[in-house]
Amino acid sequence: MITQLKHARVFDPAHKKNGVVEDIYISQGRIVAKPADASKISTSLDLSGKVVMAGAIDMHSHIGGGKTNIARMLLPEFQASKHYSEPEAHICTPGCSHFATPTSTETGFRYIEMGYTAAFEPALMPVNARQAHLEMADTPMIDKGAYAMLGNDDYFLRMLSSQQDQKAINDYVAWILHSTQSIGIKVVNPGGINAFKFNQRRLDLDENNRHYQVSPRQILQSLSRAVHELGVSKPLHVHCNNLGAAGNFQTTLDTMRASDGLPMHLTHIQFHSYGKEGDKQFSSAAAEIAEALNKNKHITADVGQILFGQTVTASGDSMMQHSNARHANPKKAVLMDIECDAGCGVLPFKYRDQNYVNALQWAIGLELFLSVEDPWRIFLTTDHPNGAPFTSYPHLIRLLMDKSFRNEAFAKLNLDAQAMSNLLSLDREYSLYDIAIMTRAGAAGLIGLNDRGHLGIGAAADITVYTDQADREAMFSKPDFVFKNGELVVKDGKVVKVVWGATHTSKPAFDVSVEKDLSDYFAKYQTMQLANFKINPDEIADDGRGSIVVHSGKHLS
Amino acid sequence: MTAANPPIPTSHHTCPACGLLCDDLPLDGEGSISASFSCAKSQRYFSQAAAAPSQPASVAGQACDLNTALAAAAKILQNSQQTLFAGLGTDVQGMRAILPLAEKCQATLDHMHSESSVRNTLAMQNSGWQTTTLSEVKNRADLILAIGTDIVSSHPRFFEKLVWNKDSLFNKGTPHVVYLAVDKADTQAGVAPDGTVPTVLAADKKALPAILNTLNALCNPAYAKSNKAASVAGLSMAALTALLEKIQAANYAVVVWSASELAYPHAELTVQSITQLIAKLNEQTRVAGLSLNSGDGDISVNQTSTWLSGFPSRNRFQHEQVSYDTQHYSTALQLKSCDALLWVSTFNPKPPPDFAGPSIVIGHPNMVFERPPAVFIPVGVPAVHDSGTVFRMDGSIALPVKKLQAPSLPRLVEVINQLADLMP
Repeated sequence: MITQLKHARVFDPAHKKNGVVEDIYISQGRIVAKPADASKISTSLDLSGKVVMAGAIDMHSHIGGGKTNIARMLLPEFQASKHYSEPEAHICTPGCSHFATPTSTETGFRYIEMGYTAAFEPALMPVNARQAHLEMADTPMIDKGAYAMLGNDDYFLRMLSSQQDQKAINDYVAWILHSTQSIGIKVVNPGGINAFKFNQRRLDLDENNRHYQVSPRQILQSLSRAVHELGVSKPLHVHCNNLGAAGNFQTTLDTMRASDGLPMHLTHIQFHSYGKEGDKQFSSAAAEIAEALNKNKHITADVGQILFGQTVTASGDSMMQHSNARHANPKKAVLMDIECDAGCGVLPFKYRDQNYVNALQWAIGLELFLSVEDPWRIFLTTDHPNGAPFTSYPHLIRLLMDKSFRNEAFAKLNLDAQAMSNLLSLDREYSLYDIAIMTRAGAAGLIGLNDRGHLGIGAAADITVYTDQADREAMFSKPDFVFKNGELVVKDGKVVKVVWGATHTSKPAFDVSVEKDLSDYFAKYQTMQLANFKINPDEIADDGRGSIVVHSGKHLS
Repeated sequence: MTAANPPIPTSHHTCPACGLLCDDLPLDGEGSISASFSCAKSQRYFSQAAAAPSQPASVAGQACDLNTALAAAAKILQNSQQTLFAGLGTDVQGMRAILPLAEKCQATLDHMHSESSVRNTLAMQNSGWQTTTLSEVKNRADLILAIGTDIVSSHPRFFEKLVWNKDSLFNKGTPHVVYLAVDKADTQAGVAPDGTVPTVLAADKKALPAILNTLNALCNPAYAKSNKAASVAGLSMAALTALLEKIQAANYAVVVWSASELAYPHAELTVQSITQLIAKLNEQTRVAGLSLNSGDGDISVNQTSTWLSGFPSRNRFQHEQVSYDTQHYSTALQLKSCDALLWVSTFNPKPPPDFAGPSIVIGHPNMVFERPPAVFIPVGVPAVHDSGTVFRMDGSIALPVKKLQAPSLPRLVEVINQLADLMP
């Protein structure tokens, strides 16, 4: 039983295929070599003229877990907007807003309908891992995975302040990956969420947490070293200190320097590329950030583009979200301190194209996309739902691929913001090959998904087929076909078969004796026992719908 | 009272009897808890379920096999034009099964404790809130302000586990406890192991709106200065000012309330006054709220319903969409207009409310009825005969519950799924 996709125009950057016309063969969920015996081909689909890519991978999207569900609960009024057919802002399209709080079911459907076959929750709080996995288990169609948050948990900060050796830290980090069924490690406002519990309101890179007397720099270095030494493919995922604050680009540059040459991923970097020039003391520092990214080849970043309309920001960064709560629209905010582990802040936000700051944020994101030279090191995200819902991706892709479309939009922005941006001088247009890098090969390589994001022999047959259209938004909104593990699941942009994806994890080896001290810690200070903290693989397998894939620590070369 | 010795856990079995979800119970292999254990609620939960009769299903009070009961239930649902799914005393897995059935039936859903939980939800949806979780309380709280609740009636081991704990990460002293609008007779649990008595600001619970408004106003220096009233609801301004100063002086004050105790119209505004006060105080210092839940899976049902349908309890499937109405979809109002009731209560043997139409009851085997329902299907009790996942009162922690016995009763999830299979 082999399926043949004939005359496909293949964009597969992992194999340097830039529009090569060839046939693809699928058997038992995998891409296979051309069969010697043509009679084994049971189905053949003529894709002449169609653009074919691997299924897209969203490497940073808040799809499950406590704060996602708090956002839904906080904003019942958002549910009705899913049926709105008008955009909220005149330079956007309906997909740019209206989907800030999809249900778990809608998350899976909307992703696969756009040709995405995997999405990664970037802020799984270890004590909340069970909820995150429950929600992801109820997300059909796509594969998923999560990055576990460390660096604000009291257990880690105690280790760091008592100067435990790197090996002990590494064992703890590996234990967290195992116990929470995650594929990577994230740090949010290193040390800041914890410091907020001690009533500190801001924390700079070299400022100490009042209680532990350790700095964000030390936290970053310890965690990035642990991730590196454990051989975890996904570099430490860093949400820098000073999120959203004017002038924070300096912290971002300093954070890059603090990496000490070890791989580090800076997430939603748009929110961390702000200067404080000009009358309004808020300016673009995209050029400085892009220059630093171009120089530092060991650093990767995703953008966290904003688009205009109503959305909600859901972050682990309780410290900065508390300070941002005054900008909430509508005016409400949920802020939590959670379990000596971390925290969260959820507040609705309305980005407006006639607001100076919002308009400039939009421009800063695009400036970053267009000024960072290597598409393998910059990723297409809106930090769903924080900058905009993920349903805005086709619109964002058009902004990147179509300069005149982009410039027309720019001309409608707040005039003061236009005066503070160099966007019009950036002529670059992304190619289909570049888009395939950012959303497929690059993302898979970064996370360490060896058999995804490409169309080579042996890869999982997650394949998206588009009609080549000049209107790139229309093209990327509605693929002709999507195959998930070789099964045809989407036809003409609509789901034709419901399937359930796997959960991707990374499980580096570690010294199990780490549990001795942890057990004691849980008994003394936590309010659940260690055994209940750990997510049993059976919980994810559930009733047979879910499954776990463990990835080795090798990068896709 | 004295600090109880922590029980020696013999397992990590989770107790779903209250929202604390203790997993340090001294359970023996038979599923009973030693008589010396500090929590009577937990003991009752397990002993009542362990002693449950393995009675068969019944139709109109006549015993029958499961398939007969399911067929009768399916017939009722098929004939119904407007179905109410209420009680909903279940866990995550139960709610995951119930929602698709509700969609098939185009049913309205309401949890048995929504009357209370909606007070919190409405306050949160109106202005948000700033809250904390149990381990933060245990390690950080140096002041506990209990508003309108003794805490221990609903959450018996709260003080034992989270306030009088000897080990804490930051070596905090013994927390100070303040009761506001709680009868003095109900404040014994707040006496510290060293004999320190709590501060009691006794007042009528119904006066809480006025008291909380005053506390909020006193945070405004201009008002505090110009105010001429000497007292509110029997509490002196000096006492209320002293309370605010105490909170401001604390490193990490935790304000505890129980929505179920605020049983008067528009109590969501009282919750909002509490959360506004917390937000205001957080401009300078750290204060966090903690709301006590009512139980019977209320938090689990709200969470699961929210990620699967977009809304917490009270919601309705209608015309391919889900709608949300915290008032109109209440059990009390819906019973007046619905033509069939599906009642679920697995944690406790809570019988359904009076209803003239046909009732399908699925739940605890010990349930006793004044009048037999059209269909009764006894199912396994969570953490005794059935496994699943339950959310804790603070909403951030979900814990597995595991069965102790080989199941002699069907699982709720299986019953609901079989029922769904019988529906067109």
